[in-house]
Amino acid sequence: MRAVEDALDIQIPPNARLMRNLIAGIQYVQDHVIHFYHLHALDWVDVVSALQADPTATCELSQTMSTWPSGPGYFQSVQERLQTFVDSGQLSHFTNGYWGHPAYNLPPEANLLAVTHYLEALDWQRDVIKAHAILGAKNPHAQTYLVGGMARAVDPNHQAALNANDIAHLRGLFVKAADFVKRVYLPDVLAVAPFYLDWAQLGGGLSNYLSYGEFPQSDTLSSDAPGNLFLPRGIILDRDLSTVHPVDHNQITEYVTRSWYAYPDNQESRHPWQGETSPNYTGPRPPYDMLSTDDKYSWVKAPRYDGMPMEVGPLARMLVAYAAGHEGVQNTVNLVLNQLGVGPEVLFSTLGRTAARCIETVVVADQLLAWTDELAANITRGDLRVHEQDHWEPSTWPREAEGWGWHEAPRGALGHWVRIQDGRIANYQCVVPSTWNASPRDAQGQLGAYEASLIGTPVADPEQPIEILRTIHSFDPCMACAVHVLDPDGREVVRIQIV
Amino acid sequence: MNDRFGVPLGGSRMARGAETLADALRQRGVSRREFLKFCAAMTATLGLPHDMVSQVTQTLEGARRTPAIYLEFQDCAGCTEAMLRMPHPTVAEVVLDILSLNYHETIMAPSGRAAEAAMTATIEEGGYLLMVEGSISTKDDGLYCCIGGRTAIDILEEAASKAVAVIAVGDCACFGNIPAANPNPTGAVGVRDLVRGVPVVNMAGCPVNAVNLAAIITHYLTFQSLPNLDRLGRPDFAYGERIHDHCQRRPHFDAGQFVERWGDPGHRSGWCLYKMGCKGPQTYHNCPLVEYNEGTSWPIKAGHPCIGCSEPQFWDTMTPFYRRLPEVPGLTVESNVDTIGLALTGVTAVAVGAHAVGSLLRKREEGDIRDRELGEQEETQGTVEEGGNDGQDRD
Repeated sequence: MRAVEDALDIQIPPNARLMRNLIAGIQYVQDHVIHFYHLHALDWVDVVSALQADPTATCELSQTMSTWPSGPGYFQSVQERLQTFVDSGQLSHFTNGYWGHPAYNLPPEANLLAVTHYLEALDWQRDVIKAHAILGAKNPHAQTYLVGGMARAVDPNHQAALNANDIAHLRGLFVKAADFVKRVYLPDVLAVAPFYLDWAQLGGGLSNYLSYGEFPQSDTLSSDAPGNLFLPRGIILDRDLSTVHPVDHNQITEYVTRSWYAYPDNQESRHPWQGETSPNYTGPRPPYDMLSTDDKYSWVKAPRYDGMPMEVGPLARMLVAYAAGHEGVQNTVNLVLNQLGVGPEVLFSTLGRTAARCIETVVVADQLLAWTDELAANITRGDLRVHEQDHWEPSTWPREAEGWGWHEAPRGALGHWVRIQDGRIANYQCVVPSTWNASPRDAQGQLGAYEASLIGTPVADPEQPIEILRTIHSFDPCMACAVHVLDPDGREVVRIQIV
Repeated sequence: MNDRFGVPLGGSRMARGAETLADALRQRGVSRREFLKFCAAMTATLGLPHDMVSQVTQTLEGARRTPAIYLEFQDCAGCTEAMLRMPHPTVAEVVLDILSLNYHETIMAPSGRAAEAAMTATIEEGGYLLMVEGSISTKDDGLYCCIGGRTAIDILEEAASKAVAVIAVGDCACFGNIPAANPNPTGAVGVRDLVRGVPVVNMAGCPVNAVNLAAIITHYLTFQSLPNLDRLGRPDFAYGERIHDHCQRRPHFDAGQFVERWGDPGHRSGWCLYKMGCKGPQTYHNCPLVEYNEGTSWPIKAGHPCIGCSEPQFWDTMTPFYRRLPEVPGLTVESNVDTIGLALTGVTAVAVGAHAVGSLLRKREEGDIRDRELGEQEETQGTVEEGGNDGQDRD
């Protein structure tokens, strides 16, 4: 959308901008919580150990961390339910987990607390994401985005449009969202982190971080000059937080040196406007056990900024915002660092990535009500526009146009590049967050973010590589791709590690 | 507190060793009344007559945890996300509990070989439900989608071999969806194109509606069989009638009141989205009745046209999404195409006429498969609507 809007020079109305901010904002909050509890927590939390916990001690731990309601009987009932589950002998998605692995450091009470919140978060996430349905029809896959605006009509005097009832519903959901984040998610991260401070020294990987920025706060935007962004755009190089470098999308190219694609004339790299996706599989015939990194070995291209690999995601966004002087981010980062008694250097790590995601959730959750109020105020002024009308008909478009669109998805920088000819798409290329982070090597042999972050990772038992999961999961990999990548790549990295 | 996720607070110690859904629910503080309410809602969602409620209840009370394997191939995990939103607050998680979901890449604890071992052991035992999300690449022997060095075809073949039934979750696993869109570079197909000898049910939609996913699992556990399917393998209880048949904006279609521009007075008043490209007249899905996110909304209610996401190859057949263009396949008769083209000029009466012809053609095409008596349909609709609201939690 933003790519086409950029190509056609479309300015979306304020209501559309605010609804997009709200949809993306609650997406961050819900997605980050799901990531922590349901996709990442089991790397740190030993579910079976929770059976040994003293419910009263768990309650005491909970109450030292947070005012979130709890009680010994409550934790006992969760423990009993878990016991029943384990006794059934059918462990469902916990089957073959690495329970009892020496790398699990949490005491049983902390494990029980985390398991309890794992269950609570399942209910919470289903509720708060109703905001997507209110604003965009449904979740997953909201269906409301249009080139030029949104398909959600607003009108305080109509029952079929977004009205005061919906605004009130949104407010209620956002209060609930922020409450859980501040009284459960953040305290849990602060409770777990001290047991894993060694992971503040591991998994850092690359030292360059890219953020396109997100959440426009002004209404004149183009992709190259997006105006005032709530989370700023920028690049951090060499972990130097004294300077935020500007982003110029023309510096982005994608290599296919180690990717199963081919560019014309054996070119190594191309800017996405000239990009091509022509498969050129050269790997072994399946089934196979191993891929060689000396050859092409991935379906993921290798994006580079000015020739450099970049990490993208919440850590990148928080580093850029921190360095740019974002007050809310600085305050929350400092709060977390002070509580853990560590300095900002620990951010460049597996633990830092996981903490940055939580910090971002706190900051964005706090902003949702402000955008809701701004939306309500704009409607109150009588502005009912949700869509820019002038460029809807392809007949109004120039014969040729090109644009790029940017978004900070929960897992990182997402770019789309479009070229339009005669009212049709002539070329369209996406460089998604996991393309940056899961990138293979480039023509210079530089590693991608996952690869670099695994260097130096100790693995106690190669058959139970929980240490690798911790770092890979800390990126919030696009699971549909990442697990497919993880197995062969995981083994490969372990081998390199041992050698 | 007690209501937050249905776990009883101190004092009510529960017996261990529960193995049925009803036991599990009781242990988690779900009252008998809530359980019966859930059974009634499920019966209605499944399109079963009301007198089947007791049978559903009895079966769920006696249900053992059926093992399950959930595979992801060429997918976006959107249907997995939908699964996490399965509706009833207490039952959503219990549906995961009544199945032993021994393999699911996104949510399972282990990875790599330990994960594969969990799947292998489940397959060896047999008797499991197989769920598949994502399309399967078939071009060049399927090398475009490999997991752990094995092709999706290979993994699916093995996993389906001892499954009692296969649920294709979402449009990719049903029909190929986005990966199969023209020019389909990886030769992506749906499960039913490959699996033989095992019943396959297509839970279409992009993503699947969590209500329908919960319903098909319950149906299978209740009757140990699959429900009535249409010629595309989709259960009638969720795909038996068109969006258009139950659309809340239908009176505006009949009255000739159409949205002309986004945000115009008609759009704000909830008028019909047909002229904005709505594919509701061609799409078989129960969105208007069950909605999404526990009855919060659905696309047309929220002001966006239906894009036909439960239909095969909808990226090729339903696009451009915002136009009723002459090329729209599914309306293949020349005279009809011309009529639809005229409708684009804004002649309401013609649009209505063209729509009627389109419906007739479609009905004739569906033929005997959808041959139901009107009275029976109405009875089912009433039940579904009542049950749908009953089981949903509006804030």
